[in-house]
Amino acid sequence: MAVTVLLAPLIGAIIAGLFWRVIGERPAQIVATALLFLSALLSWVIFLTHDGSVQQITLMRWIDSGTLVGDWAIRLDRLTAVMLIVITTVSALVHLYSFGYMAHDENFREDESYRPRFFAYLSLFTFAMLMLVTADNLVQLFFGWEGVGLASYLLIGFYFRKQSAGAAAMKAFIVNRVGDMGLILALMVIYFLVDSIQYDDVFAAAPQLAETSVRFLWTDWNAANLIAFLLFVGAMGKSAQLFLHTWLPDAMEGPTPVSALIHAATMVTAGVFLVARMSPVMEYAETAMAFVVLIGAFTAFFAATVGLVQNDIKRVIAYSTCSQLGFMFVAAGVGVYSVAMFHLLTHAFFKAMLFLGAGSVIHGMHHEQDMRNYGGLKDKMPYTFWAMLIGTLAITGVGIPLLYIGFPVGLAGFVSKDAIIESVYASGTTYAFWMLVFAALMTSFYSWRLMFLTFWGAPRGDKHTHEHAHESPQTMLIPLAVLAVGSVLAGMVFYGPFFGSTDQVREYFGAAIFMAEDNNLVSEAHYVPIWVVLSPFVAMLLGLGLAYQFYIRDTSLPGRLAETFPGAYQFLLNKWYFDEIYEFLFVRPSKFLGRFLWKKGDGAVIDGGINGLAMGVVPFFTRLAGRAQSGFIYHYATAMVIGIVLIVTFVTLAGGSN
Amino acid sequence: MVGLEHYLTVAAALFVIGIFGIFLNRKNIIIILMSIELMLLSVNINLVAFSSFLNDLVGQVFTMFILTVAAAEAAIGLAILVCFFRNRGTIDVEDVNVMKG
Repeated sequence: MAVTVLLAPLIGAIIAGLFWRVIGERPAQIVATALLFLSALLSWVIFLTHDGSVQQITLMRWIDSGTLVGDWAIRLDRLTAVMLIVITTVSALVHLYSFGYMAHDENFREDESYRPRFFAYLSLFTFAMLMLVTADNLVQLFFGWEGVGLASYLLIGFYFRKQSAGAAAMKAFIVNRVGDMGLILALMVIYFLVDSIQYDDVFAAAPQLAETSVRFLWTDWNAANLIAFLLFVGAMGKSAQLFLHTWLPDAMEGPTPVSALIHAATMVTAGVFLVARMSPVMEYAETAMAFVVLIGAFTAFFAATVGLVQNDIKRVIAYSTCSQLGFMFVAAGVGVYSVAMFHLLTHAFFKAMLFLGAGSVIHGMHHEQDMRNYGGLKDKMPYTFWAMLIGTLAITGVGIPLLYIGFPVGLAGFVSKDAIIESVYASGTTYAFWMLVFAALMTSFYSWRLMFLTFWGAPRGDKHTHEHAHESPQTMLIPLAVLAVGSVLAGMVFYGPFFGSTDQVREYFGAAIFMAEDNNLVSEAHYVPIWVVLSPFVAMLLGLGLAYQFYIRDTSLPGRLAETFPGAYQFLLNKWYFDEIYEFLFVRPSKFLGRFLWKKGDGAVIDGGINGLAMGVVPFFTRLAGRAQSGFIYHYATAMVIGIVLIVTFVTLAGGSN
Repeated sequence: MVGLEHYLTVAAALFVIGIFGIFLNRKNIIIILMSIELMLLSVNINLVAFSSFLNDLVGQVFTMFILTVAAAEAAIGLAILVCFFRNRGTIDVEDVNVMKG
């Protein structure tokens, strides 16, 4: 069954990608989608029937070289099962959604067949992501890791006629390489110290790693800390954490279903999954985990501030994703991996829905993405509106605080985000707690800002577009409905096993997540002061109130505020100038180096050398030799005689035949 | 007493005369042929001289072969020369320079 889950998307990708000419364009899409739905169905069966034990299903021997032995295997434990449902469910819904969204596209000519290619890429991505989460050794994880990177690159650059899409695809790929460097180094350190890449061996060796010291770069490191740190660098790249986040907003150049699948629900959460998967090592790496919390908290805060002022609807959601990933990393960093996974799960539902909802708006508005040109779409797109409203309620964390009937009552984001904030407070990292609460406030503000600008108020922008604004077709609304159900219920249903109590979490996850004996945070988080429990809710209300004041009651206020503080506004609008700084620090020097090597190194030295040899030196000697060949017999005879004399002289002087 | 050295000296002198005959001659290709013949003969004298000196008949047998080959070679050379003269109308060394790249 697990094998079918894993291979169905691959088969779908192959059929849709290579054989659509044989079976036709629409059947290819249907086959890919049907296989994905099969995969999703089986994933739910696996998830619901899973007993918490670790199963290993070996498919084939992949690498066998000395002590480097790796099988292509499926490691089926609770962590994998959770990821399976997230990936296949969202992916199946996105496949379905793409029928509507990709039906007509002005980026392609009428007679071009881009749809089977799109579906093939989506399925290929799903396969790579499944390889990542089902891996039983680090190299297979790396295979999936790079596979999703490739699929992400292909899909971001899907509108290949757009210059910006190609640039964004390259940016995503290159920035991810930086993180991957960390991951590769981590794998090397692990293999160097443990002499195995199998999870089981690595996890078993974790306590020894904590006592081992290893020399890296210029200093000695604690092995566990070093591995955890390098793994996290890899996770930073994939999950768009601060400093390596710059690719994620640009990745919005891809079609919106891609953003929903890859850049909201699945691929970007691979970093969180990696940290949770490597929890046996992470638990021993206190310093590295403090770093994880630091980066996570700052990412949550930073991305939220930038999200406040963006005008592109997809970019707002992209920064929102970035911010929410920061939340997850903070949770993982303080040691409550199950809560990180909890937020990953709920976030996948509501963020995918927000993206698909945004896609529905964009689709209805003829590919207009600027929120300043929206407004008053509530009645034009009622279903999309309700879906987006549920998504916004979920992400901002709407629920009934302090009411507990076996689980807290609220939407998905309310339950999981509060779980994170309470755990962080319980762990004692006060700065992270306050940053997250503040980020929650801003999350609420920018989410409602998006809603108010899009659906309320008077229509702005092109009148013609607004007149033709229409609700999306059924294929796009059904995924929204399914995800809406998930966004409402996911938090309440999965509260117990993910955040019930330490014992409950231990029992549910079994060996999949390792928490040290003294790591009792999950239970402690339930006994934080009342004001801590209320803080995210209050932050949410504050954000909502502010957004209401800004964008409904006094719509001139944002403009006046931006004029009053132009510096701060520009700073946020330009995303803290990260792109500009990187442009100056990295892009330009490497471009300069590249141009230098190209013009001077390749052009002058190599081309010059080869050409000089072929067109200067060789013809020179050729002319000399040609002149020696005069055609006069006595010249030839002279040459012969001189040659003989030289040979005889040489032989005589060198001692003849002796 | 006429020793080996005298024969060798004569042969060397003839050989050098042959070489110079090729170089210094700027007039007639036939002279070049003759010079080559002269060099061959000087080599023959060497062979015969050593043959006699070492009491070994092989050298003289070789000489007979070389004379035969030289005769054939002279015949072919002259034949080529005749053809050449018919085609080009001259056998001046200065004009014979078609053998160049």
